[in-house]
Amino acid sequence: MNTSFEWIKAMVPDLDVTEQEYMDAMTLSGTKVEGYRRLDADLDRIVVGEIVEIKPHPDADKLVVCQVDIGTGENIQIVTGATNLSKGDKAPVVLDGGRVAGGHDGSLTPGGVKIKKGKLRGVASAGMLCSIEELGASRDLYPEAPENGIYIFKEDVATGSDALSALGLRDAVFEYEVTSNRVDCFSVIGIAREAAATFQKELHTPVVTETGNAEHVQDYVKVTVKDTDLCARYVARAVKNIRLAPSPKWMQRRLAAQGIRPINNLVDITNYVMEEYGQPMHAYDLDTIAGKEIVVKRASKDETFVTLDGQERKLDESVLMICDAKKPVGIAGIMGGENSMITEGVQTMLLEAACFDGTNIRLSGKKIGLRTDASAIFEKGLDPNNAMEAMNRACQLIEELGAGEVVGGAIDVYPVKKEAGRIPFEPERYNRLLGTDITKEEMLSYFAPLSLSYDEASNEIIVPSFRQDLVCGADLAEEVARFFGYDNIPTTLPTGEATTGKLSFKLRIEQMARDVAEFCGFSQGMCYSFESPKVFDRLRLPADSKLREAVTICNPLGEDFSIMRTIPLHGMLTSLATNYNRRNKDVRLYELGNIYLPKQVPVTELPEERMQFTLGMYGEGDFYTLKGVVEEFFRKVGMQKKPLYEPDADRPYLHPGRQADIFYQGAAIGYIGEVHPTVAGHYGIKDRVYVAVLDMQEVVAHAGFDRKYQGIARFPASTRDISMVAPKTALAGEIERVFEEKGGPYLESYALFDIYEGKQIQSGFRSLAYSLVFRGKEKNLEEADLTKAMERILKALEEMGIELRKSS
Amino acid sequence: MKEKLQKIKEEAVRNIEASADLSRLNDVRVAILGKKGELTAVLKSMKDLLPEERPAFGQLVNDIRADIERKLEEAKAALEEKELMLRLEQEVIDVTLPAKSNRIGHRHPNTIALEEVERIFIGMGYEVVEGPEVELDYYNFEALNIPANHPAKDEQDTFYVNEEIVLRTQTSPVQVRQMEKGKLPIRMIAPGRVFRSDEVDATHSPSFHQIEGLVIDRHITFADLKGTLEAFARELFGEETNVKFRPHHFPFTEPSAEVDVTCFKCGGKGCRFCKGSGWIEILGCGMVHPRVLRMSGIDPEEYSGFAFGMGLERIALLKYEIDDMRLLYENDERFLRQF
Repeated sequence: MNTSFEWIKAMVPDLDVTEQEYMDAMTLSGTKVEGYRRLDADLDRIVVGEIVEIKPHPDADKLVVCQVDIGTGENIQIVTGATNLSKGDKAPVVLDGGRVAGGHDGSLTPGGVKIKKGKLRGVASAGMLCSIEELGASRDLYPEAPENGIYIFKEDVATGSDALSALGLRDAVFEYEVTSNRVDCFSVIGIAREAAATFQKELHTPVVTETGNAEHVQDYVKVTVKDTDLCARYVARAVKNIRLAPSPKWMQRRLAAQGIRPINNLVDITNYVMEEYGQPMHAYDLDTIAGKEIVVKRASKDETFVTLDGQERKLDESVLMICDAKKPVGIAGIMGGENSMITEGVQTMLLEAACFDGTNIRLSGKKIGLRTDASAIFEKGLDPNNAMEAMNRACQLIEELGAGEVVGGAIDVYPVKKEAGRIPFEPERYNRLLGTDITKEEMLSYFAPLSLSYDEASNEIIVPSFRQDLVCGADLAEEVARFFGYDNIPTTLPTGEATTGKLSFKLRIEQMARDVAEFCGFSQGMCYSFESPKVFDRLRLPADSKLREAVTICNPLGEDFSIMRTIPLHGMLTSLATNYNRRNKDVRLYELGNIYLPKQVPVTELPEERMQFTLGMYGEGDFYTLKGVVEEFFRKVGMQKKPLYEPDADRPYLHPGRQADIFYQGAAIGYIGEVHPTVAGHYGIKDRVYVAVLDMQEVVAHAGFDRKYQGIARFPASTRDISMVAPKTALAGEIERVFEEKGGPYLESYALFDIYEGKQIQSGFRSLAYSLVFRGKEKNLEEADLTKAMERILKALEEMGIELRKSS
Repeated sequence: MKEKLQKIKEEAVRNIEASADLSRLNDVRVAILGKKGELTAVLKSMKDLLPEERPAFGQLVNDIRADIERKLEEAKAALEEKELMLRLEQEVIDVTLPAKSNRIGHRHPNTIALEEVERIFIGMGYEVVEGPEVELDYYNFEALNIPANHPAKDEQDTFYVNEEIVLRTQTSPVQVRQMEKGKLPIRMIAPGRVFRSDEVDATHSPSFHQIEGLVIDRHITFADLKGTLEAFARELFGEETNVKFRPHHFPFTEPSAEVDVTCFKCGGKGCRFCKGSGWIEILGCGMVHPRVLRMSGIDPEEYSGFAFGMGLERIALLKYEIDDMRLLYENDERFLRQF
């Protein structure tokens, strides 16, 4: 919503503040001013000049030399290239040292362009005659301006007077952010009312006088509203003997300041009233209305209709139409029809001011794919009581401007009158909610300028129907707060029962995941939750993969954002690829984010959201580096048991020989592996990429922050090294399981210290060397304790087909 | 004999003093005190003395030996000190050579900002809670006083899964879920991911994060809301920060406000950063609408409360002066490593 300052001041005449003061105060009382623009910001020293003589330039065919009377008694000489000037014309003249806003091509220069006197082809020129574009305006808003040339005043203006006042440019335009609950503020009157209340000045709304001749509109047209649920009120009046003409300058200037292009007196009047009252109006050529009858009813299924922009529109039975006895003539509240529009030769017109159901207009507009200035206002849900006032105001302007002869009377189909609201007046309650101590009288003094009156008998506040946002006590408390000033409300802290501030256990585990990842060199990334279904192909998921069953968004931004991810790898690989393409070396990233697993497809209930801890890296480090990070994390969150790695996981996006599912205490907790080179290739990464994905829900189930002191060993340890040659099929994990199962109570730890495959070893085999540490908690171990344990281990290893090379 | 001893001693002292390093000194020690050393030889020759002469002589030898040993010790200490000095001198390094990097990873700026906010509110007794990102329309809209066909639903450019299920457009539904649990009083914040169908550009993302706050108790006032958010803003942006509350409209709060803080770039004087106003808008808030309380099973006659919500990216962008929101989702390590 925009308003000109001049228009607001016309309704609040005592308003005596600067633009900045107005903006600040209005914003603090709840009518947020986004900004303002002074129309004359870049204009300076511009007066009305009268051309008293035009002579050709001695040295240039395309220039003329003008003597211009600027009201000082002494003419100045100006050289110009304009061809539209005649002696006696009055035009805006920028004097030496003045500024214009831009060039005559409409380009604007911030701060303006300074004009100095000088010589043009040897002839002195003391200023410049201006086009409308040079004044920062346009022919759209000043249709009387010539296409290429100097602006010439058509009306009588005093020579030497301020040209900017005459053009209505001594004004500022404010841009407001009006919230959706304040439909009344989408009008100059609504904003002016707020301004009057804010600055405690009187509000002067237009005085609407009675209009119309001795005839009655009922003799011109009959109105029937069939679907009253969608049309709360329908007001109609008629105007005959229409005389289309340009509207007067004052109206054009006001519309121009609002950014509305003047067209002719009738269109301008409806636009003017729309701005002033916030009530859209529509005019029909009454001679095109069959049967002189208007019927407001729903369209029929698959009906089509040509709107006044010449487009054919498809309708259905939810769309409300304005019809005559035979045919539809307009889509209610959205756009009139081509068949009934006002044209040059119009004689008699029907003027409509109605109140249509906002939701229906919004949905219809969406369905038809048409949103107009009018429908944007109707959508907000208008006050039906405003319609008659706006209609009469329009008719008053028609009479004043001589645009036609207004027919007497009005048709008003208004089956259920909307009454003013009533809310109990409870000052203590408002104070209790606000934490203030404002008197009852003070509150009432805030209400009065807002047209909220107090019924002392019933102790109620009477709320006019245009304030449909005021329904309950809290709403009135806000009105009190707004005009008491949010700034003046004290600042306190909540008292009452103490509460414990904390993170949930899950969030604490996530925090630990971040810490461990970062200590290990991984930086945190964030990826989108939605992606393209094509991702499944890039990740080589088979057609029947369960992961392809995803939550689908029915109105996505595009296919690339159309499903909720069921696997976190695409985001990770995309991020790694971004780094890879930018030649970042040795990149390590992690992400904590949800995947969304539908319980059924199509989705009928909320999907399962599972937090995934995803690690990805390329460059320095390998599978075992990443495995180390995973295990570091497990230990940090109290998962002290040994995780199991199952190599036959068959995940198609991972290297078939370099992947494992991770189990902890029998629970599948995630997976780790090298990304399948084909998949890495799909993302344009030619390096080896390693990823690990941990399901945080499972981690949280096994994690804990309880720690128990285990004691520090007091007895010396004994170490035994074993070196073996094992078939490659005997996994280290299996060998280690032998240690764990057969090592007995004294085996404290074991560590792989050498692994070799190559020339000296038979192919299909590798050599492994482990160091085993034994220690007694309660005693010094004897040789026999060790021997027994070692015998058990060696025997079991031999049974696995492992050849022992030596033991020490 | 005595003269011989005296001579040994004098020579020993001379040799000790002449020893330039520890190994020389050791040679001297061995030459005198070693198994085949001079003093040892003298001691061995004691058997040639008369028995009555032996004690006095023995005493003399021991004295001399003690003397020499002391001298040796002193010389050794001095030489050791000298050698240490020499070593330290030789071990000078260039401390300005580059450090060996441990390559610790970095947190996402969103998370850093979030943890700041969490720290402040946890300190004020707030619990951090979460809710679903794919949410029922009821919780995202209806229970927040945004009924079906309300224009606000359009304003928020919602992604729909079906008629009843949406990608949450705000973290406010977590408020409702928490209130429905019926455990009062409530002091909570709910950070999380939200979605709106905005095309990606420098200031928009279809997926971003909000932090919601909710306090429900007896006698909670708008003044409490002001005090809380003022304390929060000063903690987050610095003691000098001023806070401005402007009336606004949200369907689920009444009265409602938007909150501006003094521009931390120019301190309120007005700059390019705050578009000359000296203020930066950071959050929306208000007193929980009585209808919302009632729908969640809380009696507005007995309880009142306030709620607030802020955009995490907005805070991160402002605080770390990041000029393009897309950087937050690209995950370029060179970007992440700056936080």
